[in-house]
Amino acid sequence: MNSLRRIWALAIKEFQALLRDKKSRFVIVVPPVIQLLVFSFAASFDLNHIPLAVYDEDRGSAASSLIARFSGSGHFTLSAPVHNERALQHRIDEAQALMVLHLPADFSRQLHQNGSAPVQLIIDGRNSNTAAIALSYANRIVDQFNTDWAQSHHLPNPPSVLISRAWFNPNLESRWFIVPGVVGLLMLVVVMVVTALSVAREREQGTFDQLLVTPLHPAEILLGKALPGLLIGLFEASLIVLIAVYGFQVPLLGSLTTLYAGIALFLLSATGVGLMISALSATLQQAVLGVFLFLVPAIILSGFATPIANMPPLVQELTLLNPLRYFMVILRGVFLEGAGFNELRNQFWPLAVIGVITLLIAGWLFRHRMN
Amino acid sequence: MTKSMSETMTEAMAAAPLLHAEQVSKSFAGMARAALNAVSLCVPAGAVTGLIGPDAAGKTTFMRLCCGLLRPDAGRITVLDRQIGRDDAAIQAEIGYMPQHFGLYEDLTVAENLTLYADLHSVPQAQRPDRFAQLLDMTQLGHFTTRLAGRLSGGMKQKLGLACTLVQPPRLLLLDEPTVGVDPVSRRELWDIVYRLVATDGMGVLLCTAYLDEAERCQQVVLLHEGAVLGSGHPADFTAHLNGRVFGVRGAANQRRALQTQLRQRPEVRDAVIDRDRVRVLLAPNTAPPANAAPPWVPLAPRFEDAFIDRLLEQATQRHPPMQVAARPEPSALAEVITVSNLSRRFGAFVAVDQVSFAVRRGEIFGLLGANGAGKSTTFRMLCGLLPASSGQLSVAGVDLRTAAAQARARIGYMSQKFALYEVLSVEQNLRFFGRAYGLNRQRLRERLDWALNEFGLAPLRQQNAGLLPLGFKQRLAMAAALLHEPDILFLDEPTSGVDPLERRAFWQRIDALANAGVTILITTHFMDEAEYCDRMIILSQGRILIEGSPAEVRAGARRPEQPDPSMEDAFIHWISQPAAPEHAA
Repeated sequence: MNSLRRIWALAIKEFQALLRDKKSRFVIVVPPVIQLLVFSFAASFDLNHIPLAVYDEDRGSAASSLIARFSGSGHFTLSAPVHNERALQHRIDEAQALMVLHLPADFSRQLHQNGSAPVQLIIDGRNSNTAAIALSYANRIVDQFNTDWAQSHHLPNPPSVLISRAWFNPNLESRWFIVPGVVGLLMLVVVMVVTALSVAREREQGTFDQLLVTPLHPAEILLGKALPGLLIGLFEASLIVLIAVYGFQVPLLGSLTTLYAGIALFLLSATGVGLMISALSATLQQAVLGVFLFLVPAIILSGFATPIANMPPLVQELTLLNPLRYFMVILRGVFLEGAGFNELRNQFWPLAVIGVITLLIAGWLFRHRMN
Repeated sequence: MTKSMSETMTEAMAAAPLLHAEQVSKSFAGMARAALNAVSLCVPAGAVTGLIGPDAAGKTTFMRLCCGLLRPDAGRITVLDRQIGRDDAAIQAEIGYMPQHFGLYEDLTVAENLTLYADLHSVPQAQRPDRFAQLLDMTQLGHFTTRLAGRLSGGMKQKLGLACTLVQPPRLLLLDEPTVGVDPVSRRELWDIVYRLVATDGMGVLLCTAYLDEAERCQQVVLLHEGAVLGSGHPADFTAHLNGRVFGVRGAANQRRALQTQLRQRPEVRDAVIDRDRVRVLLAPNTAPPANAAPPWVPLAPRFEDAFIDRLLEQATQRHPPMQVAARPEPSALAEVITVSNLSRRFGAFVAVDQVSFAVRRGEIFGLLGANGAGKSTTFRMLCGLLPASSGQLSVAGVDLRTAAAQARARIGYMSQKFALYEVLSVEQNLRFFGRAYGLNRQRLRERLDWALNEFGLAPLRQQNAGLLPLGFKQRLAMAAALLHEPDILFLDEPTSGVDPLERRAFWQRIDALANAGVTILITTHFMDEAEYCDRMIILSQGRILIEGSPAEVRAGARRPEQPDPSMEDAFIHWISQPAAPEHAA
């Protein structure tokens, strides 16, 4: 009872310290919302305005029909046509065009005579990711052109036809993939900032000693310090989930219970890591550096943007220590798959383990860190 | 020496002053009163001008204005015949300014720091060997040229800072609290250096300090209080009108504090402080000492501090009645509340505390004294359970606070060297938090909160952020927070550093009341006159106890033919200059 009262007193003090200060109030609310908007609008794998130049030596109707399919696809923007090899090279070199569609002089003739004709695509491969995506769009357009040409000219269809269906995200909208990930990203940032600075700030200002000479037990300090991070994280998570569902129209197929179970466990582990960094640091500056050193790898190794399966085996094993990795699976699972508690079991328990271990270390460090 | 100095002074006074400030005012946004209000003063060549005043009097602001680091709101400052605000770079090149926290590079050695400052001031290579030798000789840092600045003691750092300021000999030297946080030995050494600069180079020095006893070392004093000049002139001018109003009353050795409290209650007594074996009394104007009093009242020569207190009290603050403290229950057996035996603490190869043993009895005020880096704070932190001991035993109220149950800590109160409450929280929020942390229930918390707000005069400030309080009020708040839960033992780490003399008097009055009620008090301090308030004390040097005893015993041990009645500061210097301390050996 007494212990609860002391923990509560500390938690209230932490909230007062956070909320009385205009700057820290601002830091908790405004940057996450801005980041959510920026990430969600700006971070997209979809290409919509690929600058395309056409070098049309053929000028036949078949050629114009193929070019029209490119310009009408919505992915490409046609720039001024190219008239010779030199100009073609120049366009790519100066990055004025990402892709050049080259139709040789006898394109239409060959197509009419043989039913097939070569088309050349020259692509700027400096950004391999963008190039691959643009190439896949071009492939799809040419495939469709082939099928339609075969039908309209009564040619035999190709032996097998690929009909693809994307499950969970039928239109392969990258926003559906990114926004749930942003929920995890922002929660991690906010919770780390709130918790990692709390102990370090007190150490730097000398108030931590004052706290240690009160009857507060390290476990009580730990809980009192963890509560504000957990509650603020919960508030932010709810806010971001609301914006994701109602603002960005990302479907939330799974149950809220599963989602909040994941959020709670993730908050526990993020708070643990934050407090551990804070307890290790002697000054605010060290804590800020510590957070930075943790955040960047945590985001890159989380599967937020690049799949973990693509990483070298050793790095893949390293990601097992990263709480965000598990939370990403939970978020995407609950949002897009409607996954339930059982399917996500193996994501839940590692979060709990990371949370408990880091909190224990933080609590031990309160008293044992040497000055 | 005095004669030659007063001669140089009269000559210099006649010449144009090096620095001349007229009606200078400066305010900062968000502060209730102006930092400086129409301050005028002159700094002559060949003399030390002291800018004396408690913390937050505006001393540092004035110094920064004189260097062109801040712009005054009104008024004019002329430095070396140039007006500040026009050609500040030229002025800055010709003056020497040592701010409170001088920018020494802690990862560079003493010699590298000197070279760096010589480079910054473009001192020609040819002049450097001579100049460096001279500076190192003057500051006695010659043996430490290869030591990292970060590894020097507080006093040595200040001396190195001064040496770096002097690489290019300036005509005007501005020193901002050069002696703050410096032990008495280093303080004396710093003053000797300043005197030598004035005597040999004819430099003009403006020095600001919160130590009132340092005022008497200046040739000219400007008294600053709350941003306004209270008076200026030769130190003796301030005390002249106090002749016949200062007396010493001698009481029994262990009754001094009781006698002081008793004297303070008399209507004609304006101030009473403990000074060696007697109580020093300042009478209100036009009053006389009681006739045939026993013990007798012996007239004393007035000191600068008497004059300062007299001026402040003229501005009328009502007298505070002694604090009411509930007597602590007599313990059944434990007469010795704190015991320490063979306590040691090592940091790597460095031994910070070496085999220290002492005991503190219930209701005693016990002082922990020592030069910078003597091991005071380390011992203190071990006792509070903030730092584990390397070896030895210690017990506070029968337990080791580091390993004892959390509840044992509820019996102690702690006040750290730096203000260590939450600055963004209000006064009341701070008190409520600490009350709850010590487990006071709702009813009790309300009672103690009312008590604290009234006793410490914090009621009008209860909603204010603790960080914005003036220093004296911060100290009161810290003490209120430490006393909310009525601890039996109080740990105070340099509680009065930087606090003005009136506030210090109120502080010691409270400590006295607490000790009388049976609270045990362990205190560290840099103010030697405050050590007189202790019942017993130890002086530490290099981690070892040099002497343990009552103030009278410590003074008696330092008695010498040439020093028949040493003050506590004399005694302190005597003890730590014993052969065991090579860094301070002359």
